[in-house]
Amino acid sequence: MSSNWFKRVKEGITTSTKEKKETPEGLWHKCDKCKTVYTLQEIQKLYWVCDRCSHHGRIGSEEYFQILFDDGKYKELDAKLTSGDPLDFEDTKKYTDRVKATIKSTGLYDAIRTAAGKLDGHDFVIACMDFDFIGGSLGSVMGEKIARAIDHAIKINAPFMIISKSGGARMMEAGFSLMQMAKVSGKLGQLSEAKLPYISLLTHPTTGGVTASFAMLGDLNIAEPEALIGFAGPRVVKETIGRDLPDGFQTSEFVLEHGFLDYIVHRGELRDKVALSLKLFRS
Amino acid sequence: MTTYLDFEEPIRELEEQIANTKEIGENTGVDMADKVGELEKKLVATTKEIFSGLSPWQRVQLSRHPDRPYTLAYIKAIAGDTFQEIHGDRGVKDDKAMVGGFGLLDGETVMFIGQQKGVNTKMRQYRNFGMPNPEGYRKALRLMKLAEKFNKPIVTFIDTPGAFPGLEAEERGQGEAIARNIYEMMRLKVPVICIIIGEGASGGALGIGVGDKVVMLENTWYSVISPESCSSILWRSWEYKERAADALKLTSSDMKKNGLVDDVIPEPINGAHRNHEAIFETVKKHISKYLKDLKKVDPDKRIDNRIKKFSKMGVWK
Repeated sequence: MSSNWFKRVKEGITTSTKEKKETPEGLWHKCDKCKTVYTLQEIQKLYWVCDRCSHHGRIGSEEYFQILFDDGKYKELDAKLTSGDPLDFEDTKKYTDRVKATIKSTGLYDAIRTAAGKLDGHDFVIACMDFDFIGGSLGSVMGEKIARAIDHAIKINAPFMIISKSGGARMMEAGFSLMQMAKVSGKLGQLSEAKLPYISLLTHPTTGGVTASFAMLGDLNIAEPEALIGFAGPRVVKETIGRDLPDGFQTSEFVLEHGFLDYIVHRGELRDKVALSLKLFRS
Repeated sequence: MTTYLDFEEPIRELEEQIANTKEIGENTGVDMADKVGELEKKLVATTKEIFSGLSPWQRVQLSRHPDRPYTLAYIKAIAGDTFQEIHGDRGVKDDKAMVGGFGLLDGETVMFIGQQKGVNTKMRQYRNFGMPNPEGYRKALRLMKLAEKFNKPIVTFIDTPGAFPGLEAEERGQGEAIARNIYEMMRLKVPVICIIIGEGASGGALGIGVGDKVVMLENTWYSVISPESCSSILWRSWEYKERAADALKLTSSDMKKNGLVDDVIPEPINGAHRNHEAIFETVKKHISKYLKDLKKVDPDKRIDNRIKKFSKMGVWK
């Protein structure tokens, strides 16, 4: 009689940390939000954005480079930089084994790729995170690759963009990871001195040390719709305040409303909007 | 009342024995000096033995010892009556977890800033357990800019279990506040000295932790996450905090060895919590020395050195 039984009344995270589970990826693509099913070809054409509910599915650096660089052409910088293991770190697994296994399973060398190419015929440097690589975590390699990409942008007099998608710091690099926040911020100061624009695109999710450093330091901070953006993760905030979080808490829309974003951009319009922003800095 | 951690128990016992022996001597008129002397020697030996073999987790416990001095105690010991606390971020409110103001050190004005923990239950709440909100970081930045304007050096005292992860903190941009501080501190034209006096937890610490000299007191920790939270995330349980403390290499000696801090300030043999006057004196001496060295460097060169120092941090292949 009542179909309300089957309706999801509460959105967002309601499970506690203890019961958190990782779900494996399927062969088909099912929209995380409205559950519409697509073939891989269909969803690829849509930049992994659901046609029906506009939910932005997760994509990686390669897809963003294809969207943003003219003809999808770019030159990757420092492609093969990989993690050392300065702390000889071991939790349930050795850090070196974890990195090796992740390189093998993802085909990536770390959680960020940096590249130089053109946007509307003008030089442009992008650093883009890959969440599949240990949650897009910020470690020495990410810090160093961003720092070098900024140096490159300054050298070729190009604007710079970071696309963030990260749970935050990489714990297995502990203190080294923390200091990357300072390192990249120092470099961004040099970029600023060179009067080159820095656009920070925050995508789902951007939290922790990434939010508390370069992701919030753009000349323009922009975000994809409905991305989770915050310093502390929602579980931690919920445990701190001891009650449920309000609807829409820590979404792009919430962060925009509180004055920390310049605009929200649908992935289908990303290229044009960024191109316009850069043109307005340039002209 | 003095608090003893479980591994300090042998010290407590010896101190009790010494007190008792002295009392017997006084009450009976018998000369107990030899016995007391012997016990005192044993106390020194035991203290040295315990404190030279501390595990990383035990250092974490010491960094949180309730008898350890907090930021305002250091500032008042260094600047005395010349310290004038100033308040507020000029936007939202005055964050009690972040304190600061000008004071004199060796006759020269210094801007002192730091996270402040409370000394009893009521004050701990008042200070929000040393966990600043965004307005705390913005207050700190306002004070730093004030110091820069009048060309006064800055000393920060770091002692926080983390930036506050609350609802309003998120609304008011905790991430942006910390990010802004890191960015601006990197470019301050005046000398900046950062001293970890207790807990140095992640972004909450780094938010006032970018400087020409970043140093740790001996029994403190500094890392990207607390051992407890690290345990709960990587092992999905709170039970592995000791292992996490080992793995994070968060002690002053490890952080120095890895080139992530510039120096370690030694504590009295029984820890800063047992001898406040001694640690105040040591810290003051170190600040004076650092300032003397840093003042010799041209401001632009100092900023350049600061950026280069952090740029070198990291290990990759």
